[in-house]
Amino acid sequence: MSRPVGIVGTGQTDHKSHRPDVNGREMIREAVTRALEDAELSIKDIDAIVIGNMDHFESINYVDTWSVEGSGGVMKPIMKITTGGTTGATVALAAYYHVASGLFDRVLAIGWEKNSESDTTAAIITCSDPIWDRFSYSGAIPSLATEATAYMKQYDATQEDAALIAVRDRNNALNNHHAHLQRPVTVDDVMNSPMLAYPIKLLDVCPRTDGACAVVFAADGVAQKLTKQPAWVKAGSVRHTYTWFGDSTDYDRGLVSLQRASAEAYKHAGITKPAEEIDVAELYLPYTYAGLKWIEDLGFCGKGEGAKFVREGNTDMNGKIPVNPSGGVISTNCIGATALLRVAEAAIQVMGKGGDRQVDGAKTALATGFGGCFWSDVVILGAQKP
Amino acid sequence: MNDVAIAGVAQTRHESRKDNMIYADMVFDVVTSALEDAGLTLDDIDSVVTVSNDFLDGRTISGMAVGDASGGQDKNISTVEGDGTFGAFYGLMRVLSGYGASIVVAHSKGSEGDIRYVTNGMFDPIYQRLLGIEAISASAMQAREYMQRYGVSEEQLASVSVKNHGNARNNPYAHLPMDISIDDVMKSRPVADPLKKLDCGPVSDGAAAIIIASPEIAAKATSTPVWVKGVAHCAEDYMIGDRDLAVPVALKDAARRAYDMAGIKNPAEELDLVELYDAFSYMEPLWLEGLGLAEAGKGMSLLEKGVSTMEGSLPVNPSGGVLSSHPVLVAGLVRIIESVLQLRGQAGERQVKNATSALAHGINGPCGQSHCVWILNKDK
Repeated sequence: MSRPVGIVGTGQTDHKSHRPDVNGREMIREAVTRALEDAELSIKDIDAIVIGNMDHFESINYVDTWSVEGSGGVMKPIMKITTGGTTGATVALAAYYHVASGLFDRVLAIGWEKNSESDTTAAIITCSDPIWDRFSYSGAIPSLATEATAYMKQYDATQEDAALIAVRDRNNALNNHHAHLQRPVTVDDVMNSPMLAYPIKLLDVCPRTDGACAVVFAADGVAQKLTKQPAWVKAGSVRHTYTWFGDSTDYDRGLVSLQRASAEAYKHAGITKPAEEIDVAELYLPYTYAGLKWIEDLGFCGKGEGAKFVREGNTDMNGKIPVNPSGGVISTNCIGATALLRVAEAAIQVMGKGGDRQVDGAKTALATGFGGCFWSDVVILGAQKP
Repeated sequence: MNDVAIAGVAQTRHESRKDNMIYADMVFDVVTSALEDAGLTLDDIDSVVTVSNDFLDGRTISGMAVGDASGGQDKNISTVEGDGTFGAFYGLMRVLSGYGASIVVAHSKGSEGDIRYVTNGMFDPIYQRLLGIEAISASAMQAREYMQRYGVSEEQLASVSVKNHGNARNNPYAHLPMDISIDDVMKSRPVADPLKKLDCGPVSDGAAAIIIASPEIAAKATSTPVWVKGVAHCAEDYMIGDRDLAVPVALKDAARRAYDMAGIKNPAEELDLVELYDAFSYMEPLWLEGLGLAEAGKGMSLLEKGVSTMEGSLPVNPSGGVLSSHPVLVAGLVRIIESVLQLRGQAGERQVKNATSALAHGINGPCGQSHCVWILNKDK
């Protein structure tokens, strides 16, 4: 019943900590213009738009209707999707369903955030229950610090192991002129950076970024006319498993949402050995320890083998399964756009447009989103039409 | 469009304050009731769309508060921030893409915040917001523009409120069933000229859920399926100063595309009832014009000729409309639910006789910047 859908263009801003030169709509327009140029389309060709961000970061209500002068939504169908950190991936999937449903042929997905206009933690902590969770266990860093500590204890991983993830991603970002942080770091730099919440130090976590990303999805028959190599959507699965932070603390089980979402996505994409069959992975790793632990949940390696897998160079640019050629979330984090940037990078790799960061012969790419209450989204793109 | 059915519906009673329930309680209740209504279980559902608004809920990632209550714990779930008709649109697209059934559930508790601050947040933060403009004052300007353009009087608009509050008397879910006169509306407290209290819908607490199903799952359901024949949405320009507030161009576009999908050539003849988003009394005639059910400036004629009353040939808002119950976001989903109940013949005292085709409508943004139009039918 569903028809094949391919990504035919991507666009993103040059991400920075603060964009006082543009307002939100102007920033969105930059990404949209670039995506349309990449797809060689004009806004007139777009049938519908999906947009997402997190309201409390900019304090704009009804972003769909507010955005139209930047998103191009005047006299078009536009809707807003918002699911916290996973927003970008859920926006991408909503755009996918717009096209797969047969109702629209060319659909624009937009994720954006102007983090400089907010107090990120003050906004984020309001996601948890005001009575039970908010005062005890809320915000991004406390729960991640707990997860990291549990992982280190369970598998004897070290802070230096985690630092390797920052070194890898920040170095990869040097090949991505859009990235926010384009300065390489060493293990020593990470170890000597200020402690935020044990064992997370400043260079273990993502920055706050102003930026936007736009991706054009097109239907089978339309996509091939727009580009020689569309990035076809092979699978998309989400698991927003938990509602309460108190339920998410059984860290010994791993990241349950990612295990479940990736299992379903692999099944739909016909993948049985992810590390062998996936050519490149662009993962939503908001902090370094995730780069060790979550690749186990994705089945790239066995339980407790994450640190060894990374140390052996398997996730490096020339490794078995390069992770985060874009520099990842640790280099750029405009929250509502962050997961869409992962999907965009996966598409760039499959379309062969990665330039200095192109993974040779990338035919199958995996993108993930993370957010909310330890939620995960998985998108698999491929060069072959499904 | 392939065949898709609405297989289950449920709503809470809408009221001013549900202080015995949190969001998750309301959502759990309507999801459970919608499944019962459909004769389905959560195992039949593979897609969940929640509808909420971070400003209204005072929570970021507001969908998180109802993730488990919606049944989405181990399913493909997402959250639409906007009116319930838009959330339902996403649920529909997922079924058209191969899912068996989507639950779409919306919740809202106007009682826990101040809707004026919430809707002030819709406006441009630099140029407009500090003026204090919010939904009611912006709508008052739209009402004035409409009245002046076409010579519509306050008394005429008041008659819409009389009709819809009267219809609500037959709707057990309605927040404000009332037996009022035009005089009562005219004498009610001025809110923002020309709008008076009884020209404005209340701010309600409530929740609603629908199950949108493929023909296979609809066949498994024990309910009478209602079929989706056409659906479209469209947004116009943002700055209200850039818009002609008396001409709802986005609604015209959405209606045209929905009618085309449904193969409707003469909506006034082919539709049996309309459930539209009348947050304020003036919206009913204005949206009727946008829907092509009346000529520009003639929206009031449907009521004045008796066409849009319960006894008329095209009853408008038999449920009592949004004027009688306004849980924000939920209200659009309630328009779809009322249409389904009417087409099933389950609307009780407010049943429109021989209803086979219905139109449900929702809005997003200031002064109806964005509209979503659904055409539903008893027959496949």
